[in-house]
Amino acid sequence: MGSIANAFSSSIGKKLIMGLTGLFLISFLLVHCFLNCFVFFDKTGVLFNEGAHFMATNWIIRAMEVVLMLGLLLHIIQGARLTFENQAARPVKYAYNDGNANSKWYSRSMGLLGTLLLMFLVVHLSDFWIVSRFTGIEHFNGNTPVDAAGHEDLYAVMFAKFSEPWRVIVYVLAMFSLAYHLLHGFASTFQTMGWNHKKYTPIIKSLGVAFSIIIPLLFALMPIAIYFGWGL
Amino acid sequence: MSTGNMNLTLKVWRQKNTKDKGKMVDYKVADISPDMSFLEMFDVLNEDLITKGDDPIVFDHDCREGICGMCSMFINGRPHGPKDAVTTCQLHMRSFKDGDTIVVEPWRAKAFPVIKDLTVDRSAFDRVIAAGGFISVNTGNAQDANNLPIPKAQADAAFEAAACIGCGACVATCKNASAMLFVSAKISQLALLPQGQPERYKRVQNMVAQMDAEGFGNCTNTGACEAECPKGISLENIARMNRDYYSAKFISEEEG
Repeated sequence: MGSIANAFSSSIGKKLIMGLTGLFLISFLLVHCFLNCFVFFDKTGVLFNEGAHFMATNWIIRAMEVVLMLGLLLHIIQGARLTFENQAARPVKYAYNDGNANSKWYSRSMGLLGTLLLMFLVVHLSDFWIVSRFTGIEHFNGNTPVDAAGHEDLYAVMFAKFSEPWRVIVYVLAMFSLAYHLLHGFASTFQTMGWNHKKYTPIIKSLGVAFSIIIPLLFALMPIAIYFGWGL
Repeated sequence: MSTGNMNLTLKVWRQKNTKDKGKMVDYKVADISPDMSFLEMFDVLNEDLITKGDDPIVFDHDCREGICGMCSMFINGRPHGPKDAVTTCQLHMRSFKDGDTIVVEPWRAKAFPVIKDLTVDRSAFDRVIAAGGFISVNTGNAQDANNLPIPKAQADAAFEAAACIGCGACVATCKNASAMLFVSAKISQLALLPQGQPERYKRVQNMVAQMDAEGFGNCTNTGACEAECPKGISLENIARMNRDYYSAKFISEEEG
């Protein structure tokens, strides 16, 4: 007893890993969303491409990208492990269980919402991350793979991708999953870390609700605005 | 809410022993007074079954005053039935309507195996308590009252945690069959008082380890336990247990 490794294999420790990696992923969402919003402020796309260029070349960001991937992987593996363990803790199910009487459907469906998000991530990463980091963007905009400022024209790739209605629908639906996942996850993290306070917990909960609505909404607005050509 | 006597259909889990597969069986009960408790309604049904030469339905009960924590029925999808902050024995038939169908099941958890019908083995809870839910003192003469000054707020919080009757409704309703609300209440009632301090960090480590060993699930903060607890035990206790656990594992050097 007493060792840190032993602590992380206990039920409380496993939850702490979920919470901490979740909080880390929340911080990433904030950065990602901030950079996305560049789209709304420059019609030429130079601003957005500059942001993308910075993210792709800055060595601190590149190092954090590795940490992010490890964090995401840990969150997924630990989440799957907890889900299976928790299912095994009730081998015989109830014939009639009125779950809605005492808890929210999304707080009971984190595994499902997380799986939907993982499926979305496969689409999303192969759409942009793999294209920009590995395969190159040349074949997306013909003879001019760079913008006016000489940066890789990821902005044009985005327009090409979001001209397809199915992709816009997938992205928007995924943001609903994200919103509900965060609606439980944000405040839940603080409870797991042991921060339950008469005065601060209601503030954290309100902050969580605001975050869960605003961030996915801003994310979803980008494909919608591009598809319908709203001022872009 | 009904005023006249009621006729009801019951769907009750029948299981001969731990190894039996078990199944739901339909029963009709007639002329049930709305003033009866839910357990009294079961008494009427059992009298009827005994008269017919059938095996009566086995269910746990003791004080029938809502304080012992023995009764444990999962009624219409909720532990202790549709009312908030009551045990099954304190649930009255006026909470149902004439002609209702009521589904009654035992607590479902790997750590709570069914013994027979609606009775489950909750000795996993006893083993969690035995792992550290006590204080080690040599008992002598009783101390004078207020010998140990304890602030009112602290005493109240400890008392609220101590209200847990260990019925297991938290485990029964949790989608993960997690026992965190129970264990955190038993840890908190001692962690909040001076008498609990010497073994505070050893206690939390040992009780959590025993909880995990018993096969309860992991908490995912759905809050179902707090909503269904007949004694209104708060999620704050789980946060306190988590804090104590981190302190014990990551900060203090006390061994479990």
